[in-house]
Parts: sequence; structure tokens; C-alpha cells
Amino acid sequence: MRTKYLFGLVVILGALGYLVFGGLGQNLVYFLTPSEYLQDQARYQNRPVRLGGLVKPGTVQYDKDRLELRFVLTDGVAEVPVFHKGTPPGMFKEGQGVVVEGRFQEGVFQGTNLLVKHSESYQAPKAGWTPEEVRKLIEEAK
Amino acid sequence: MLKAAHPERPDALTWAFLGLGLLLLPVGLYLALSAPPDVNQGYLARIMYLHVPGAWLGYLAFFVTFLYSLLYLFRQDPRYDRVALASAEIGLVFMGLALVTGMLWARPTWGVYWTWEPRLTTTAILFAVYVGYFLLRGAIEDPELRAKAAAAVGILGFINVPISYMSVKWWRSLHQTQSIDLTTGKIHMDPAMLQALLFNLFVFTLLYLGFVRLRALVAALEAQKEEA
Repeated sequence: MRTKYLFGLVVILGALGYLVFGGLGQNLVYFLTPSEYLQDQARYQNRPVRLGGLVKPGTVQYDKDRLELRFVLTDGVAEVPVFHKGTPPGMFKEGQGVVVEGRFQEGVFQGTNLLVKHSESYQAPKAGWTPEEVRKLIEEAK
Repeated sequence: MLKAAHPERPDALTWAFLGLGLLLLPVGLYLALSAPPDVNQGYLARIMYLHVPGAWLGYLAFFVTFLYSLLYLFRQDPRYDRVALASAEIGLVFMGLALVTGMLWARPTWGVYWTWEPRLTTTAILFAVYVGYFLLRGAIEDPELRAKAAAAVGILGFINVPISYMSVKWWRSLHQTQSIDLTTGKIHMDPAMLQALLFNLFVFTLLYLGFVRLRALVAALEAQKEEA
């Protein structure tokens, strides 16, 4: 009885290990980098894709009245101009990692959804965030 | 976990875990609310003090279910099955808490409540497997067969826990990698935030220990009634 269970467990663990460390990982890509997309454009033609990379500093243009956001997405190798209609999320800024859902149209990536990737590092601000200072800010705003 | 064959009320240790956990819960809340904000996320980062303990307890509870499911298969003692059941139930509740707080955190930081990225997908699968665990338990009437089938799911379902934990490293994801990385021992967190988080992890773990003992006792009383 016991060896039967152990044998089953080993088989299943082995299969899962193969799935995880074997070929499956390459096919489960949440987003493409701009250079990966440009290398294999035919494969993603007319399909919605997710592109991930950094917002290139100095390229962000945001039209507040028409809610039109333009910036360049880069992975350090290739660069892609992105056009997104809508308000950028609060954490969107230059140099920030972002993932854009959308598709290419005439050389410009038309974003339908803009996601911001934040880092795993949590640090307290140097100054200006002590409870007293925040209370003062709130009182001044009244 | 339960020594007496037919206990009728929680023992001193169960009361101690529950009492201490409930007593320290407001202290954890105070620490969480007085911890400094994050440079980038501001006060939003404080969802972490609920989100991380929720996910941790989900993982821990499913691990305990895994252990007691194995024990049940080897020893065939219904007491082990009851602890596995109790732990899976509590794990499901806390994993649900992690999912909900995660969604509330994702909307203002990432920009969406939900996206099918690796960490979220593996966690959703993990949650679904343990929902299945209870569907299965509800569907089988014979106690022995029920315990055996549940143990199989409790063992296989746990495989998802390390996959879910490592998913942020193995695949490209939107979710940030671990701030307290158990595989490398690196910590990317302000000491004040880390203290508040560790304290909350400790309090939630105490509560889990109390809950699991209490729930296993309730399950034992139910089984006694079923026999009679």
C-alpha cells in the first residue's frame, strides 16, 4: 500500500518538474520585449500583444485636454513608440517599468491598457512624510 | 494535534494561541498604520501588512494540510484527516484575503484589478484546487473514502505552493519579486516596515495555530455525532 502511494507521488512530482523546468516555461510568456516583437513580427501580426519595457526618459508627452499619452518604450535594444488614450496610472513616470496591451498600427503601438510594474523594494522617503508634516499638509489643503 | 481521543472543549494551548493572537492583533494594526509610507507608493504600500500575512498563511495552511494528508494515508487515523480539513479551510480563507487585498492593491499601483500574469494565475489555480477539495469532501459520504480522496487532493494541490511562490522568478511577470527573498536571504525593505510586517506575520501565525486546533476539535465533535 505505502509503496504504491510513494510511487504515484514520485511520478506526479516528476511530471510537474518537467513541466516547470522543461519546455513549458518558454511558451508561457506574459509579455514580449520590443526587440522580441520586432524580430518575429510576422508571428504577432494582427494579434493583440503585451509589450513590456521601460519608459524612455524624456519621451513622455501627455495631452491633458485630449487624454492622449505618447512615450517611447525601450528594452535597451529596441525602441517602440506607444500611443495610449487615457489617464496614465498614478505610478507612471519616466524610467518606470510598464506593460502595454494593444497592437501595432502603422509603426505605432496603440495601447488599450497600460500597466505599471513596480519594484520589490520598499523604502521610506527621506523627508516630508513624518505624521506631523502630513497633518500639516492636510490642514493647509482645507 | 489533538491528544485526547474524545475532547469536548478546547485545551489550554488552543486558548493561549487564540487569546494571544487576538490580543496582539490591534498592536499589529497599530504598527502597520504607523509604519512609514513607501517612496513610490506612499501609504498604498500598507496593504502589504494584510496582503503578505494572508498569502503566507495560505501557503502555511496548505503545507499543514499536505503533511497531515500524508500522515493520514500512512496511518489511516481520522484525527489526521480532521487536521488536514481544518487547515485547508483556514488556508482557503486567508488565500482569499490575499487575493482580495492583492486586487485592491493592484488597481492603484498596476492600473488594473486583475491580469493573467504568472503569480496571479498560479494563485488562482491554487485557490480553485482547494475549493475543489471541499467540493470533493462534500460529494463523498463514506468517511474513509472521503478522507482518502481528500488526502490525495491535499497532497497534489500543495505542489502549486512552491510553483506559486517561485512564479515571479521563473517567468516574466508583472508582480514584483519577493521583497523578503527566502531563496537568497536578501531583504529589500526599510527596517521599520520589515518590523511591522514580521510582527503581523507572527500575530497571524498565532491566530492560525489557534484556529486550526479549534476547527479540528469542532470536526472531531461532528464526527462523534455522525457515529452516534
